[in-house]
Amino acid sequence: MGELVAFLVLAALTLVPAVVVVTSRNLVRAAMALIPSLLGVTGLFVLLQAEFVAGIQVLIYAGAIAVLILFVIMLTEGGTGLAVRQVNTQRWPGLAAAAGFVAALVAVLVRTPWPAGSGTLPAGTTAAVGEAFLTEFVLAFEVSSLVLLVSLVGALVIARREP
Amino acid sequence: MPAVAWGLEILRATVATVLLFTFLAVVAAMFGVLAERKISGWIQSRLGPKHVGPQGLLQTVADTVKLLQKEHVTPVNADPVAFNVAPLIVPVAALLAWIVIPLGVPFGVLLIGRDLNIGLLFFVAMTSLIVIGVLLGGWASNNKYSLLGALRSASQMISYEIPLALALLTPIMLAGTLSTVEIVDAQRGGFLGVGRWFLFGGGHGLGGLVVGVLAFAIFVAAATAETFRTPFDLPEAESELVAGYFSEYTGMRFALFQLGEYGELFAMAALSSLLFLGGWHGPGFTSTLWLFVKLFAMVFFLMWVRWTYPRLRLDQLLNFTWKGLLPLALLNVLLTGWVLV
Repeated sequence: MGELVAFLVLAALTLVPAVVVVTSRNLVRAAMALIPSLLGVTGLFVLLQAEFVAGIQVLIYAGAIAVLILFVIMLTEGGTGLAVRQVNTQRWPGLAAAAGFVAALVAVLVRTPWPAGSGTLPAGTTAAVGEAFLTEFVLAFEVSSLVLLVSLVGALVIARREP
Repeated sequence: MPAVAWGLEILRATVATVLLFTFLAVVAAMFGVLAERKISGWIQSRLGPKHVGPQGLLQTVADTVKLLQKEHVTPVNADPVAFNVAPLIVPVAALLAWIVIPLGVPFGVLLIGRDLNIGLLFFVAMTSLIVIGVLLGGWASNNKYSLLGALRSASQMISYEIPLALALLTPIMLAGTLSTVEIVDAQRGGFLGVGRWFLFGGGHGLGGLVVGVLAFAIFVAAATAETFRTPFDLPEAESELVAGYFSEYTGMRFALFQLGEYGELFAMAALSSLLFLGGWHGPGFTSTLWLFVKLFAMVFFLMWVRWTYPRLRLDQLLNFTWKGLLPLALLNVLLTGWVLV
């Protein structure tokens, strides 16, 4: 009962600001609305007892990525509170495509037999996640670190003014 | 969990929030501001507040009453929603960070909001939310000085968060846990009751001493920058930005920003005492008293630095973290691993 109420509250917290993100005519407000939406997802992670992912979600998404998006918007024309249209002339074909996609997604979701998870969760997921990263999934972990490093260096190369 | 248990949990959370908020408002904000003014007076050879109450002790109480009565002005060109939400985000984020800070075990009762198993990760995540309030307040004021202050603060907080989190990894690795309570308990005992403090490497010899001192130095430098204190106070430089992101705020809204700022300052001081200086363990006896002695010593140190050093330039500030602190912090994590193996 309590979990259901918590889930409904968190789902509303995730979805209502998400609608604001795609409809607000003010870019800063749209970016701001992203933050409660991301925090709602954090609550869902906590509800699933994935506390490590929840912590990382707040730190990286709400605390860093959302701030970065805001930062960039404030340095451009969007920061002046200029009203921008979020839709273009192709809104009806776009709507049709989105509706088709949703229909396909719902069909897949309904037909999949979702297996209930077996076994028990470890007492603290943080240590388990860390150990899995450095043993079983070390290759994937290192490759994704390398991808991030390359994009970091790439951003520096593009941003650097030629002497 | 049944519905009754959920209700009880929510009630407990509410009571804990009220207690924590009162503690923060009285100890951190009211006492902190008074201490700041007294210490700055002492450093600059003047007396500081002297007239309200004995030795000016009631000055901030009078200030708080004054701020509570002041009119709240929303500028005509400001974004009203964002302008009024921003001063709530900053103190709430600082308050949330206090949930995982234990205040000792007097009479066998552990004083803590909740001993989370992701304690330090939670702390870093919550303090990273403060920048949202700052950025929002600066933008919503529709004032170029506020916006400049907000943009400066965002670049500064994002940059200094990284060495801060990396410095936290040293005590985490030495204790093998993220829980603040377990980290404090790992520092019990040793030579004179201070031998196992993580500042001295937690009993790992000379290598431990090096990584401990280095991690502590990086943490204090990054914490000073995170709380916008001189020499890292560019976002609220009075003389060039008219106080930065909160220029347009009046009355209690202004006081809420101050509350968040001093709450974060005290949280950083408490965390450095807990992680590096043994928390409530010390020479002779184990008591909450030790924690408060260390906490106020750290607060005094941060205020001493603030009133002694001049302000950095923005390029110096960002070069210092990206070219100095960050490589040093990464090296220190590597060294910690080497010491432990």
